[in-house]
Amino acid sequence: MKILVCISNVPDTTTKVSFTENNSKFNTQGVQFIINPYDELALTKALEITEKVGGTVTAINVGLAETEPSIRKALAIGANDAVRINAEPADAYFVAEQIANYAGSLGFDLILTGRESIDYNGGMVSGILASLLNLPSVNVITSIEVDGNTAIMERDIDGGKEKLSCNFPFVASAQKELTEPRIPNMRGIMAARTKPLQVIEAQSSAIGSSTQSFELPAPKGACKMIDASNAGDLIRILNEEAKVI
Amino acid sequence: MSVLVFAENSDGIFKKSTLEAISYAKEVAKITGGNCTAISIGNVNQEQLSLLAKNGAEKIISFNHDSVNNFNAEVFSKIISETAKSENSKTIVFSNTYSGKSVAPRTAASLKAAIVSGVISYPDLSNGFTVKRTVFSGKAFANVNMSSEIKVISITPNSFVINETNDALNIIPASNQVDANDFKTKSIEVSKASGKIALTEAELVISGGRGLKGPENWHLVEDLANALGAATACSKPVSDMHWRPHSEHVGQTGITIKPNLYIAIGISGAIQHLAGVSSSKVIVAINKDPEAPFFKAADYGIVGDAFDVLPAIINAAKNRA
Ligand SMILES: Cc1cc2nc3c(=O)[nH]c(=O)nc-3n(C[C@H](O)[C@H](O)[C@H](O)COP(=O)(O)OP(=O)(O)OC[C@H]3O[C@@H](n4cnc5c(N)ncnc54)[C@H](O)[C@@H]3O)c2cc1C
Ligand SMILES: Cc1cc2nc3c(=O)[nH]c(=O)nc-3n(C[C@H](O)[C@H](O)[C@H](O)COP(=O)(O)OP(=O)(O)OC[C@H]3O[C@@H](n4cnc5c(N)ncnc54)[C@H](O)[C@@H]3O)c2cc1C
Repeated sequence: MKILVCISNVPDTTTKVSFTENNSKFNTQGVQFIINPYDELALTKALEITEKVGGTVTAINVGLAETEPSIRKALAIGANDAVRINAEPADAYFVAEQIANYAGSLGFDLILTGRESIDYNGGMVSGILASLLNLPSVNVITSIEVDGNTAIMERDIDGGKEKLSCNFPFVASAQKELTEPRIPNMRGIMAARTKPLQVIEAQSSAIGSSTQSFELPAPKGACKMIDASNAGDLIRILNEEAKVI
Repeated sequence: MSVLVFAENSDGIFKKSTLEAISYAKEVAKITGGNCTAISIGNVNQEQLSLLAKNGAEKIISFNHDSVNNFNAEVFSKIISETAKSENSKTIVFSNTYSGKSVAPRTAASLKAAIVSGVISYPDLSNGFTVKRTVFSGKAFANVNMSSEIKVISITPNSFVINETNDALNIIPASNQVDANDFKTKSIEVSKASGKIALTEAELVISGGRGLKGPENWHLVEDLANALGAATACSKPVSDMHWRPHSEHVGQTGITIKPNLYIAIGISGAIQHLAGVSSSKVIVAINKDPEAPFFKAADYGIVGDAFDVLPAIINAAKNRA
């Protein structure tokens, strides 16, 4: 089984978001970057699968050199090799196109992404990628079992769950329950230093969307306190004052 | 020219998020020119289809077939992109539901269209074609310019009003050909929690955190939710400890929600939790610690022990109904 795992390099979840250059750029000053949490699940699942049925796991990132610590971490967790496509990831379409260009002829049986990248929250890369490669896509999987040439999966759907099957090759996106993320051990960290990390130049692509400016939400007014001894009054206030019930 | 909108149904019923998308598409059609055309896939009766006309669809293309009652990303995107081509649609609108998120990107790729999801504004044409979307799980917004000829927009549920326009009912059967080979993913079993309000679409959400001490106390959250007709949610540790299902976990690594009312009970208000809920219109925090960070993000607060204050709130909610 040949598996490709797509890794997005994202600001740590505790990041206080701010912007520079007239609110046109995300302020990376002092920001700690991590592997997107859903991509860690995808990577761990890929390793669990290859440990069971054999095969290799390749990690891929579209990003500039500054993303290499995250890529090395993916190697330390257990990916066999990694690829970085050297470009600033302009939007989901651009990222998907670059990955499709790379993966097109290499015969991956399974391509895994996260459910969404926690920075831009698009949730679009896996579907675009699958469509460009003419492969089926299965979003938000919470389990996957390999049975010969077929995978049996569960996924979240609106209002419930679905069990479904799909023959390899296909693209799937990882949802929270898929597995528990693996933490790199000392041996993994040592081995990662010498594992292959290939850098490929990006191919030109029509970028369909570009961020013009960012805004922060309006600050909340002061919190109105309701006395605990009169807690039932909350319902009246929500009805008469806030008008939400 | 037309604005095409995917009218997603759930077991033959159009949900609120679908009607929001229809009204949104109608507004886009007014802004960009063209008519508002809806595409419905699966068995839906005329009474339901007439809801689409009532809320803005000038033309309804219906692929009324048993074979597509279950959602299938490949087949749905094939039908929608073929329809977009035959209808000469320049903007295609989806709702950012699980199904919408699966089919919108595939549609964009087959139409070579730019795509933006999580959209919370109408397009602004004063300088190109710009929409506002949520980024960083609600910690910020981005104004995104879309430059391709065809554009795919996926809107956040509960962000737009439903406008009754009472358009004339104009249903056209779809002419797409779908055969068994198009179904690459095969559904084995679908299980839906009946009677539960889907969290992503709920207008009212009651959420519990570690402060509730254990799953045996969740009847308090559920009683309040039932009395108000609300959905239930929880913080990450609560689902990690299996007190509640993962599907209820909200926050930066869970579901992002945008209800009219979010009541947080025994939740401290960590930055990752707030990221997923801070777009809620009204936030109420109930916490026994007056220093809990949630009070800084809330509109209303009660400092008190949940086990003391909730019975009075549940009572008041029941008496109101
Ligand atoms: C300095 C900087 C500025 C950026 N500015 C913007 C911007 O203005 N607008 C914008 O849309 N994006 C921007 N990005 C890119 C952003 O980080 C994402 O890579 C890209 O937008 C796709 O995001 P998404 O939320 O749509 O991805 P999603 O569709 O939510 O991602 C789903 C999955 O796709 C995979 N994936 C996503 N991104 C990558 C990647 N880069 N490499 C490999 N796999 C990936 C992961 O598996 C991820 O879990 C910027 C990135 C950087 C570093
Ligand atoms: C990478 C990462 C991602 C994360 N993503 C998420 C996420 O998506 N969503 C999320 O929720 N968290 C997330 N977290 C976890 C987050 O940092 C917090 O740990 C978590 O939100 C705390 O949950 P809590 O408020 O239920 O529990 P606690 O922090 O333990 O808070 C319990 C609160 O209950 C109050 N309390 C106790 N007893 C009572 C009582 N009897 N009556 C009233 N109040 C009482 C306490 O004063 C306290 O404020 C993430 C963390 C990391 C590192």
